[in-house]
Amino acid sequence: MAEGFFKTDRGRAVLLVSPPFLYAFFLLAVPLGAIILFSFWTQDFVTVNTTFTTANYQEFWDKPIYKLLLGRSLYVSGMVTLVTVLSAYPIAYFVSFHVHPTKKSMWLFLITIPFWTSYLIRVFLWKVILGYNGVVNSSLMELGIIHEPLTFILYNVNAVIITLAHAFAPFAILPIFVALEKIDRSFLEASQDLGESKFSTFLRITLPLSMPGLVASVMIVFIPTIGDYVTPELMGGAGGKLIANMIQTQFLQLNNAPMGATLAIIAMVCVTAISLFFIFLNRRWLRGRA
Amino acid sequence: MTPKPLIQLSGVDKYYGDYHALRGIDLTINEGEFFSLLGPSGCGKTTLLRTIAGFEGVSGGTLMIDGKNMAGVSPNLRPTNMVFQSYAIFPHLSVAENVAFGLRKDPRSKEEKAKAVAEALEMVGLGGYGNRAAHALSGGQRQRVALARALILKPKVLLLDEPLSALDKKMRELMQVELIRLQRQVGITFILVTHDQEEALVMSDRIAVMFEGEIGQLDDPETLYRRPNSKRVAEFIGKMNFLDGTATAEGNRIAVDVAGLGKGDIAADQAPGGMPLGKVTVGIRPETLAIVFEGETTDRRICDAVVDEVVYYGDMTYYDVKVPGVDKPLTISMKNMIGRPVLDVGALTRVAWDERSLVVLAA
Repeated sequence: MAEGFFKTDRGRAVLLVSPPFLYAFFLLAVPLGAIILFSFWTQDFVTVNTTFTTANYQEFWDKPIYKLLLGRSLYVSGMVTLVTVLSAYPIAYFVSFHVHPTKKSMWLFLITIPFWTSYLIRVFLWKVILGYNGVVNSSLMELGIIHEPLTFILYNVNAVIITLAHAFAPFAILPIFVALEKIDRSFLEASQDLGESKFSTFLRITLPLSMPGLVASVMIVFIPTIGDYVTPELMGGAGGKLIANMIQTQFLQLNNAPMGATLAIIAMVCVTAISLFFIFLNRRWLRGRA
Repeated sequence: MTPKPLIQLSGVDKYYGDYHALRGIDLTINEGEFFSLLGPSGCGKTTLLRTIAGFEGVSGGTLMIDGKNMAGVSPNLRPTNMVFQSYAIFPHLSVAENVAFGLRKDPRSKEEKAKAVAEALEMVGLGGYGNRAAHALSGGQRQRVALARALILKPKVLLLDEPLSALDKKMRELMQVELIRLQRQVGITFILVTHDQEEALVMSDRIAVMFEGEIGQLDDPETLYRRPNSKRVAEFIGKMNFLDGTATAEGNRIAVDVAGLGKGDIAADQAPGGMPLGKVTVGIRPETLAIVFEGETTDRRICDAVVDEVVYYGDMTYYDVKVPGVDKPLTISMKNMIGRPVLDVGALTRVAWDERSLVVLAA
């Protein structure tokens, strides 16, 4: 009977959809469910008290440190997104509009070069560049531009922003590049023909038509940076710790998985809210596009 | 009324690297004229149009529009507007926003502009379409939007880059008539680029036929069709039979001995490319030849022929006939009428021709 079932259309559909379903269920839904469940439990020293309670959420609300860290995380992610997307746009624009078509793939290939080394090594390289006796400081001192090493570029929020912005640059460049590539070049000529200069053509045609790519970049950069804890750990110093570091601390050092889960859920809700806003924005720009 | 020149090109050259796209174009286009640039693909007609629009600079020579030298003037500052081959309707804007695109710097009030947009849409037959999304339009509607968007700015010249090539046959014929009507209505100079000779003949006041970056012939449609000045123009426009011949001058007329047909006496204007003597090519249009059917008489000259091929078109039948002394069959087009049979392949028949319809061209 079972053999017969897998020969029917319905059975074949079940067979086809099973692997992705199992993957999604056990690797996404179950862990997420566990985190949500944990967030409503509490830690009693070594055991977990499984009585349902919102005490963790109350604690988040009462202790200013959590809100401070979440606020700083949102600020850092926002700044990283801003810096990354603003610097990615000109690069994507240049490759799309000014690089000869036969050389475009080579340029994209070059843009991915930073990815050839591990994320951790890249973070350490930024330490070398930004450090007290690092590349930036020693160059500027040799040139006589400064007399003492700059201290505001390492072990604080700025260092985290610089490092993350560099790490996510290719992720931001590619969606914008794709959106720019899709723009029919005759639109630009038509706009100029109708009296617009090159700059106003950019504002009225190129920018709105590349908006879906821009929004995609924003989301691709913003969402993972909220959860990043390696860079703030290594580059942030005492004042540069973010919510992700706190989550890690709760889970590992403080052995308070329920509180860590609660913070993770709250951070996720924030990200979801902001993402929904951008998706809504994207819908508005996607309207009317064939 | 004497025509007032609006666009003047003198010795315009255009190079793309080593490639010589325009070779010393001299051309004057008048105010209010419907002018066509016709030619096979790669002949430079689109390059010439884009040069006038300002998207391409000239490598040599001068381009004047309305008495002003256009050297270094960017497209947004020229009194020209263009309808692109792809129509280039902005996909993120509505129909009305597309049409109003060029009005940003217009000092008129918002209400007046909205009224102008509505009028422009009305003019192209799209009244009430203003709120539609651009992507919801058909090909013909896109083209109308492109026309309205260009004409609302009241340009001195409207440039049309193969505007009908993306439409199906019925729509194309409809738009041809509409474009002519529109051009008469607004009185603006239209410059049309096309590779479709029929389209050019139907629509234009004058046509420049281009080959390899040069203008082969510049004339009104009738002259172009009846008196092509070279073999390549004759071949490109309509269908033409070519026969070998020998020409000798006789005063200001020419005596030609046409292979297969016989001797003819022709006037000087039947040699529009100049008076070639000796070996010549004689052109004759299919519709100026006629099959003389059983029982019909004609006062025209006659020669015997054998039907080689019959192509039936409904209203017309095209015959390829073999004439003694000519290798290639002659094509004859005959209107199908009551009492006129369609001949079979291999039938013996007679062909009537007239020396007044011959065109003598350089061999």
